[in-house]
Amino acid sequence: MADFVWGSTSASAVPATAVRPRHGAVVRATHWITTLCFLALLLSGVEILISHPRFYWGEAGNVLTPPLFKLPIPASRATVPTGYGYVLPDQNGWSRYLHFQSGWVSVLTGLVYVVFGLYQGHFRRSLLPGRADLSWRGLSTVIAQHLRLRPASYEEAWSYNVLQRLTYLLVIFVLFPLVIWTGLAMSPAIASAFPAAVAVLGGQQSARTIHFFVSVLLVLFLLVHVGMVCLTGFRNRMRAMITGRPAPHMEQDMEQDMEQV
Amino acid sequence: MSRLSRRKLITTGLAAAGGASGLAAAATLAQRYGLIPPDGGGLYGPGETLTYAAQRLLTRHSLAREFNPNQVSKPPFANEVAPLGDAFKRLQEGAFTDWRLTVDGMATRPASFKLAEVKSFPWRSQITHLACEEGWSYIAEWRGVPLSHILNLVGTLPQARYVVYRSIQPDWWESIDMADALHPQTLVAHSINGGELPVAFGGPLRLRVPRQLGYKSVKYITRLTITDSLKQFGKGLGSASPEGGYAWYAGI
Repeated sequence: MADFVWGSTSASAVPATAVRPRHGAVVRATHWITTLCFLALLLSGVEILISHPRFYWGEAGNVLTPPLFKLPIPASRATVPTGYGYVLPDQNGWSRYLHFQSGWVSVLTGLVYVVFGLYQGHFRRSLLPGRADLSWRGLSTVIAQHLRLRPASYEEAWSYNVLQRLTYLLVIFVLFPLVIWTGLAMSPAIASAFPAAVAVLGGQQSARTIHFFVSVLLVLFLLVHVGMVCLTGFRNRMRAMITGRPAPHMEQDMEQDMEQV
Repeated sequence: MSRLSRRKLITTGLAAAGGASGLAAAATLAQRYGLIPPDGGGLYGPGETLTYAAQRLLTRHSLAREFNPNQVSKPPFANEVAPLGDAFKRLQEGAFTDWRLTVDGMATRPASFKLAEVKSFPWRSQITHLACEEGWSYIAEWRGVPLSHILNLVGTLPQARYVVYRSIQPDWWESIDMADALHPQTLVAHSINGGELPVAFGGPLRLRVPRQLGYKSVKYITRLTITDSLKQFGKGLGSASPEGGYAWYAGI
C-alpha cells in the first residue's frame, strides 16, 4: 500500500479503506457553500442590526418603548438615540437583499446536506455519539484532554470526538433551525400565515431578540471551530475538508495502524 | 478513463441537464402564475424571486394578525418624513377639504374622490402591527376604506395585475399586486387609535398594507393607478424602493 499515490489513475489498485475519504463530497461542498452564506449573512445581519441596535421583548418595540437592552454602538438612523454624535450610512437595502438571498442558498444547501446525511448514514456514523462516549467517564476524559490542550491523535483526524459530535449536532439541528425560525417569524407575511410560530416565541420583537442571541452563539461556534482547526493542524484539516483527505503521510500512518490491528 | 469516472461523468451530466431543464420549467411556471417580482432581475433577483414566489404561494389569503385593544402601543412612534412640500401645506391650511384621491388606469369608471367622500365609504377597523425594515414596530388601531371597495367602485378591468399608489411627496410611490390590493386588510386609512390620522402618521390618507413592512404603507396618497404591467412606471422596477436599493416586495 505504500505505493499508493494521491491522484493515481489506477483506482482499482486502491483498497476500499483508502477510497473512503475523510469527508464525503456532499459534506465538503455543503460545508463551503454554508461557510460563504454564513459570512454573507453575518455581514448583512450586522448592517441590518445597526439601523436599530435596541432589543425588546414581546410583540412591538420602538424608541419610545423601554428596551430589554441596547448595544453601545452608533446607529445608521438618526431616529435612534445612541449617544453618538454621528449617524452611520444606511446600508439596509443591499443588506436585506443579500441576507435573504444567502438565507435561501444556505437553507437549500442545508436540505441537500440533511437528505444526503440521512441517506448515506452520515449522522449515524459520524455525528451520533456512542453510548460509552456519552457516560460521565467518557465525557470527562475528553474534556480533560481539551483542558490540557493535548494534541489530537491520528485516530481523531479520522473521526470526531464526543464533544465535536455534540457541538455539531447542536449547531445543525438546534441553532440553525432556530435562527431560520426566528428570522421567518419577523416576516409580517409569514406571521399572517403561521401566527402560532410567532406566538410561541413571545412575539415578533422577541423573535428578533432570540434571532440576535442565536446568531451570537453561531459566531462563537465559528470562532471556536476555526480556533480548533488552527490548533490541531490547519493545513491538514483544511486539506481534508477541501480534497477529502488529510496529508499523504497521515494516510500512511493510518494504514500502518490498521495493519497492526 | 476508468469505469468509475465514466459513470460519474454520465451521472453528473444527467443531473446537470435535469437541473437546468427543471430551473427553466420553474421559471416558465413562475412567470405564468405571476410569481416573479418586478425587481426579479440582477444580482439579488434569484433570492428575491424565491421569497416573493414562496410567500405568494403560502400567504395569498392569510390575514395579518389582529391584536386586543390593550396591546396598542402607547404612544405609537411616528417615523420622520422629509419636509412636506408647498402643495401639501396649501391643502393642510384648508383642513384637507380639497384633498383628492384620483383612481385611474385600467378602470371602467376612473374617478377622483374628495376626502369627505372617501371618509363616507364603508370602513373597517383593525388593530395591526406595523414593522419597519429597521427593526422597530408598533401596534395601532387603523380605520379606513378597504382598497378593494374603491377598486370595485371604479370597476377594475380583469387584466389588472398591480395597483400603483403615489404620495403627494414627489418621488414617493409604491405598487402592490392584486393579491394585496384586493386583500380585506389593505386599507386607505384615515384614522388611527380612534382619532384623525395625524400628519406625522401619514394623514389625511395613508395606504396600509399590514402584511408588508412599513415602507409599503405610503403616507399622503393622492393617486391610484390600476395596471397590468409595471414596466412603464419609473425605471420599471415596480416602485421607488428598488430604485433606492430596497426590495419591491416587503413581506419579509
